[in-house]
Amino acid sequence: MTLSVHRVTGVNRLAGPLLVMHHVPRVMLGEEVFVTGQDGRARHGRVLDVSADLVVVQVYEGTGGLDLRATAVELTGGPFRLGVSEAMLGRVMDGRGTPVDGGPPVTPLRTIDVNGRAINPAARANPADFIETGISAIDLLDSLVRGQKLPIFTGAGLPADALAARIATGARLLGSERFATVFAAMGITRRESDAFLDAFASSGALDRLALFLNLADDPVIERLLAPRCALTLAEHLALDRGMDVLVVMTDITAYGEALRELSTAREEIPGRRGYPGYLYTDLATLFERAGRVLERPGSLTVMPIVTMPDDDITHPIPDLTGYITEGQIVLSRELHARGIFPPIDALPCLSRLMNAGIGEGKTRAEHRVVADQLYALYARGRELRRLIAVIGEAALSAGERRLLAFADRFETELIAQGARRRSIDDTFAVAWQLLSRLPRDELTRLPEELLDAHWRPPEAAP
Amino acid sequence: MSARPAGPGAGPGSDTSPGTGLGGEGEARAPGTVVQAGGPVVRAGGLTAPSMGEVVRIGTQRLLGEVIRLDGEVATIQVYEETSGLRVGDPVVQTGAPLRAWLGPGLLGATLDGLQRPLDALADAGTWALGPGLEAPPLDPTRRWHFVPVRGPGETVGPGDQLGTVAEHGLEHRILVPPGVGPGRLGPIDERDATLAEPVAALETATGTELLHLAHAWPVRVPRPARRLPAEAPLVTGIRVIDMLFPVARGGVAVIPGGFGTGKTVVEQSLARASDADVVVYVGCGERGNEMADLLASFRELVDPRTGAPLLHRTVLIANTSNMPVAAREASIELGITVAEYFRDQGYDVALLADSTSRWAEALREIGGRLEELPGEEGFPAYLASRLAAFYERAGQVTTAAGPARRGSITVVGAVSPPGGDFSEPVTQASLRLAGTFWALDTELAHARHFPAIGWLRSYSLYVERLGAWYREAVGEEWETLRTQALELLARERQLLDVVELVGVDALPPEDRVSLEAARLVREAFLQQHAYDPVDAARPLGVQLAMLRAVLAGHRAMLAALHRGASVDEATADPAVRELARIRSWPGEGIVERLEALAGRLGGAA
Ligand SMILES: Nc1ncnc2c1ncn2[C@@H]1O[C@H](COP(=O)(O)OP(=O)(O)OP(=O)(O)O)[C@@H](O)[C@H]1O
Ligand SMILES: [Mg+2]
Repeated sequence: MTLSVHRVTGVNRLAGPLLVMHHVPRVMLGEEVFVTGQDGRARHGRVLDVSADLVVVQVYEGTGGLDLRATAVELTGGPFRLGVSEAMLGRVMDGRGTPVDGGPPVTPLRTIDVNGRAINPAARANPADFIETGISAIDLLDSLVRGQKLPIFTGAGLPADALAARIATGARLLGSERFATVFAAMGITRRESDAFLDAFASSGALDRLALFLNLADDPVIERLLAPRCALTLAEHLALDRGMDVLVVMTDITAYGEALRELSTAREEIPGRRGYPGYLYTDLATLFERAGRVLERPGSLTVMPIVTMPDDDITHPIPDLTGYITEGQIVLSRELHARGIFPPIDALPCLSRLMNAGIGEGKTRAEHRVVADQLYALYARGRELRRLIAVIGEAALSAGERRLLAFADRFETELIAQGARRRSIDDTFAVAWQLLSRLPRDELTRLPEELLDAHWRPPEAAP
Repeated sequence: MSARPAGPGAGPGSDTSPGTGLGGEGEARAPGTVVQAGGPVVRAGGLTAPSMGEVVRIGTQRLLGEVIRLDGEVATIQVYEETSGLRVGDPVVQTGAPLRAWLGPGLLGATLDGLQRPLDALADAGTWALGPGLEAPPLDPTRRWHFVPVRGPGETVGPGDQLGTVAEHGLEHRILVPPGVGPGRLGPIDERDATLAEPVAALETATGTELLHLAHAWPVRVPRPARRLPAEAPLVTGIRVIDMLFPVARGGVAVIPGGFGTGKTVVEQSLARASDADVVVYVGCGERGNEMADLLASFRELVDPRTGAPLLHRTVLIANTSNMPVAAREASIELGITVAEYFRDQGYDVALLADSTSRWAEALREIGGRLEELPGEEGFPAYLASRLAAFYERAGQVTTAAGPARRGSITVVGAVSPPGGDFSEPVTQASLRLAGTFWALDTELAHARHFPAIGWLRSYSLYVERLGAWYREAVGEEWETLRTQALELLARERQLLDVVELVGVDALPPEDRVSLEAARLVREAFLQQHAYDPVDAARPLGVQLAMLRAVLAGHRAMLAALHRGASVDEATADPAVRELARIRSWPGEGIVERLEALAGRLGGAA
């Protein structure tokens, strides 16, 4: 640990996660401090504000049990730094990076300020390498590439964690063996984190996984630290060690609530629904750490999981997440209720980096147009589904009824794949089967040559 | 971590050097000290007669900050860099100068942050992560430029007059007497190679001799003087829904609000690629790093069809991503518009593309919140609307009184990111009052992959009437007629769909069912335009008009078929009508003739 340079006893004010004390010479903004109360338990804090008479500290473990007289604050002389090393793969740590799995302590290779530094945009390498997740709805319609930030928007009780685990264990990257996953848990239950661990255990990839756990009953403000620790390790693995790293962060909604709690305690002017006005910037300092850097081999891909309160995609947390990330995968309660796994609602899904990662030599030459055509048809089918709820199916034309049937099959044949992993070629085979059930001249987005090559109406099939 | 040697005396002006970014340098006064710090706002005491807007350097890392409030002994400073590590008592050094941009050769093709640090040069020097205290000269001080004078010794010149030229990539970079300098008589002025630090001429003015350099500094918050002209021509973008339905004038303002993922960035980038501006200033304000990298990489490769040079050569990229310090977002917008004015003054048509103005507004809100100002709507400061106005008012078409007379323009296109995609929020509303063109992005269209997802019922252009004469002359007499027909058809479709929702399509008379088909063709064969489509991404105006004419001829052909006794199904099954569905994929060569032939088969003229 860092050398202690200063210690004071007695503080002025304790309120929620905040501690206010008299000015201490040389205290710096952002400095890591240790806080000890009468109970002798060490807590951790970070300096949020310094002035000539007062210092404001956020206490990660909260101020419960502290008193004004006996509380001692020790300065460390710098920001919180995480010791990182490849040996952290296969380990379970708490939200500040201390192993909690009973294993030996980790000998760090370096220590790094967990707040990270912004990547120079001119030094970024364009993410352009397709990651085959094995999930058709993602691979075909909203492809993931190395270095992307792609969240899963979910609702309470929907299987986002199972999907993330499937992606993390099933992802294949052309020509990369050095794949690792870093998992940051913020405010989720032990059951949920165990499920993730189990998925890795059963795929035999536990030694490729590092976990930073801040569970539902862990200190709330420490939720602000767990993802930063995870990203700091991930950056080390990706940019120093050349690995392809996937960071799964769950649940961003719990993270946002922790930030709101801190902001309320600081009596800041609240923005939408009580969240601080800087929520966008704060989330961006997490998600923007994804990427690749020119002339460095590794990559950092970020997959945050966001629970939409009340399934509301316009709630500030999913909304601001969507404004930062490069697309989103959205889960649907309705598809889940119909037993479709993964219950991905294709329409609001998006991958903004898809174009660079697909096509000739990467996936299939026709990838873009096929995805567009499927989307256009499915969107019209969904629109008709809404319509028949009012006017009944009888009022539809034959062509419209075909589109309606297409939308159903799109969900039950393409989206629904259960526990099976599909290669990109398998996925395309399913897609062409779907398209071949429609009259050729309704496929206006597909060039004639492509239809000649792949369009095989069922009756014409041998 | 300086990528380029600033060097002593590298300065082009008599005052300071371009080696220091937006901040000035004169460190004569005794430093003040930090008395309070927290987030992007710092308070300092002990400064000597500080002024509002003065740039200061804070702490051992010399963080760049700007005085935004003075209250007795205490100066409040917004800091453009990460403040972690600051201590009470750290020195605060005054520079005596406001925030300034360095304007001169070397801007074209550059990638800069909001403080005009050269991100590309830093990247070349291996700086892949940005941190506080990074210093690098905004314009390369060592590079020599070939200066060719257009004036001679003894001639009298004044502010804005052209002294000579420097060839920068394909563009004639016109070296002007900076605003506020002169008039006076020119001393020796020769054709020569010069760095930015070496004077190229001397001017004898009433107050003494001024040395003139290839570059000069200009305070970013002060609009450069110019005489306004009314708009007369559109910024041609190659995008049908824009050029044909909702054009923006050269010198006009367009805003493009939309929820996340609806296509703001794609439209801004398409304009950067294909619009017919001479110079593009692209400001990525509080958005994604990967988008900047993508733009940078593709613009190095893509060729500007008009010059044959890489697109990057007509582009100035200003990148202040979402994870960089918030206060610098404002600086990035002001830097962008100042650079745009600089090229406008040279007589060029400039497009300033700002993505996203909401992030800048949010930075104002964050800083305002730290000042404990009384918040207005949704926590934004009460001065939000006036700040937006001050920015958008710097757009316009101008003429220079100085010689030789030049006409230049700045067209501003601002993206707006309304929370929850709800346009009733303050930034969208304040922006709409300032804009002449409104491209309303629609989340449902984006989800259905109708791109560009510009909603035709909500969008508008107030420039249509003014631009009518230009279109009649340059494109064709029927533009206004065809435009009106298309909009009427789309409005009719909305009404009909409302009826269909209640009673089903079968209940409609045949003419209306045909109108629905025709409206669908307008949407799918004309309005949709994939930004990455190799042939359809941008089309010349003549092609756009021919496409619209053909699609509307399709409508008439179907109606005519009904009148001849055909059923709706027969009318829509006409092979020529069917063919319309694919015109977007037709290659550019000979397309106008092909479209005319198709329109002819459909029943010809209106
Ligand atoms: N004109 C277009 N042609 C083709 N695809 C488009 C077009 N416009 C948008 N898209 C698709 O939509 C995606 C999102 O667009 P874009 O990134 O421009 O959204 P945005 O409005 O800038 O979102 P945000 O506010 O989150 O930055 C793109 O990655 C692309 O896939
Ligand atoms: Mg965008």
